[in-house]
Amino acid sequence: MDFNDTKEEAEFRTEAAAWLKTNVPSTDEMSNFDIMQQAKYWQKKKADAGWACIRWPKEYGGRGASAIEQVIWNQEEAKIVPPSTAVFSIGQGMAAPTMMTWATEDQKLRYLPKLANGEEIWCQLFSEPAGGSDLAALRTKAEKDGDEWVVNGQKIWTSGAQYSDFGILVLRTDPSLPKHQGLSYFFLDMKSPGIEIKPIKQMSGTSGFNEVYFTDVRISDAQRLGEVGQGWQVALTTLMNERASIGGGGGKAGFKTAMKLAQEVNIDDKPAIEDKVVRAKLANWFVQEAGLKYTGYRSLTALSKGEIPGPENSIGKLVGAPKSQDLASFAIDLKEQAGIIWEQGEDEMDSLFQDTYMSIPGLRIAGGTDEIMANIIAERVLGLPQEPRMDKGIPFSEVPTSSK
Amino acid sequence: MKVVRKALEEGDTFNRDLWKKVAAMGWTSAVIPEEYDGLGLGYLELSVIAEELGRTVAPLPFSSSVYLATEAVLAYGSPSQKEEWLPKLASGDAIGTFALSEKQGQTSPANLSTIGGDKLSGIKIPVADGDIANFCIVVAKSDKGDGASLYIVDLDQDSIQKDKVNTLDPSRSHVKLTFNKANASLLGNDGEGWAATQNIFNRAAVLFAWEQTGGSEAALEMAKEYALGRFAFGRSIASYQAIKHKLANMYVKNTLARSNCYYGAWALSTNAAELPLAAATARVAGIQAYYFASKENIQTHGGMGFTWEFDCQFHYRRSKLLSVNIGSEAQWQDKLISAVEAT
Repeated sequence: MDFNDTKEEAEFRTEAAAWLKTNVPSTDEMSNFDIMQQAKYWQKKKADAGWACIRWPKEYGGRGASAIEQVIWNQEEAKIVPPSTAVFSIGQGMAAPTMMTWATEDQKLRYLPKLANGEEIWCQLFSEPAGGSDLAALRTKAEKDGDEWVVNGQKIWTSGAQYSDFGILVLRTDPSLPKHQGLSYFFLDMKSPGIEIKPIKQMSGTSGFNEVYFTDVRISDAQRLGEVGQGWQVALTTLMNERASIGGGGGKAGFKTAMKLAQEVNIDDKPAIEDKVVRAKLANWFVQEAGLKYTGYRSLTALSKGEIPGPENSIGKLVGAPKSQDLASFAIDLKEQAGIIWEQGEDEMDSLFQDTYMSIPGLRIAGGTDEIMANIIAERVLGLPQEPRMDKGIPFSEVPTSSK
Repeated sequence: MKVVRKALEEGDTFNRDLWKKVAAMGWTSAVIPEEYDGLGLGYLELSVIAEELGRTVAPLPFSSSVYLATEAVLAYGSPSQKEEWLPKLASGDAIGTFALSEKQGQTSPANLSTIGGDKLSGIKIPVADGDIANFCIVVAKSDKGDGASLYIVDLDQDSIQKDKVNTLDPSRSHVKLTFNKANASLLGNDGEGWAATQNIFNRAAVLFAWEQTGGSEAALEMAKEYALGRFAFGRSIASYQAIKHKLANMYVKNTLARSNCYYGAWALSTNAAELPLAAATARVAGIQAYYFASKENIQTHGGMGFTWEFDCQFHYRRSKLLSVNIGSEAQWQDKLISAVEAT
């Protein structure tokens, strides 16, 4: 593992840092914008100067940069605390790589530059009430009608559907085939007639996801990605990128903030940090965070040498999400009876661990549950066999379901 | 594993032929400078060696002689002490070890009862590889004040009694050393032995962690091979999620340990200021990964894992030896947080 930049990498870092320093908008400049406006402003500014989606080819709105340059850029951008551009992450992180692999050249030239500069926002419509972990069990159907497909059914857990311009989705085009073979992949205009979006109120009280209902929604056959029946294969392109874009962190609820809290609250009239049990727990979380960080560095070293990183990065979410949950729970306990109070205060530490405690159960499920992630490691990394399945080799319409 | 088994079954805890082979390959001389007949390689190379020794549960006094005794002489030896021991350590003709513990519980400068000086007296138990070692670095109370000092003691003296003690891991011999006015020579500055011990342990911790990582990966590999081949209820037990998730969790802990070991090795090889933190991090990760992998490897094997005949026990035994040898998990968790506090 090499922790130092090469000469070229150092030059790139200097150039990136210099641009960021000159161009990062001040808090004052952003004060009249809402979060969406801030995101769009910053993304456009980066795109105009060639600093958006830098790994993408130039003709699609990128910079043609290398993987290691992308990492350096991310590190430098994180240093300046820019406006959040999370609203673009699904479009840029999942829809774009799928389009890059499966769309026509004309479609790439039409859609990718506007994904890069933040002009258009995309969402992903995969999960359904009957298919989450078992994604290929999805049932929203598309029936061919001339040059169009007519879509009926329901998607769920769609982040950002309410403000998205386009969506990527997998649909069942032939229920008489075994389940993975009867799927096809499309993208569509989210303003199409027949789409109804209802927010889902989460246990944390906020609403980040939606249910999306389809009633006779028409999609042009030209917006199909891959062949009819090839939808699962196309979906795998998206999913591989999803696991890369959903990190494992609980945001700011981590070792540093837990340590800070332990220095502020008392146990037996002494700072909690002097308590051996507290120290042991904090040490374990430090070890996990450091392990993930250096696992990332190992991948970087591979990237920097032009190698393909190994499977080690697949552990990120599986380690990070349960760690954040345990850490938040313990931090609340450190506050003793006052830990139950959940009010936003002047100091973000006032509600940080309560916020995390209530939101982190979602992260252990989103983008592959802990159990699915463990299966992926067991099957793809260790090469262990799949569980026997009841849905192989029979028409999808005959697969046992919760309702049958 | 055959050599490990022989060590366990025949009490043949030291295989001199194997030791000579290891020395001939340059493993004992890796980090010793060329002026003392060493190879002058770095700690990254030594890390690779440590990982392989861990993987094979090697019944060799390598950690005692190389990570501890050699390091102590390299860091604190006078020119004549270096001249006396380093060439012999490099060739493998001399084996060194390190003696700290005197009784159950954590040793501290305040509770040391061994008293140093030109003549050293006291009891050290357990001392790993103490029966085969030619000399020992002893942590003892200085005869000139309150502090602790390090002493080099040649173990070929009538004033030293060696009594074998039985341990959880008989593939590495352990003894009780009783010193009765044994000749000793001060190593490093008088009264600064405790800080020196911490430094030596920090350096050794990275190498212990590599052994633990190697052992953890070997245990996972054993569990995987067995699970794939073992059928129950008409299918390979490796297809059950209960087993898959267990093995995935091993992989996760092993990966965290390996990544932290890389950082530790980097800190060790560059003498980075963050060595205490990097070492504690690698050490805690290594202890946790090896304990988990070695116990769950037995569990994956079912009843067969509990038999004497199967090799699962070797990792389970070794994981405990490596986890207490230079201070337990709790001590290193504490050191880790202290290192964070110091930054």
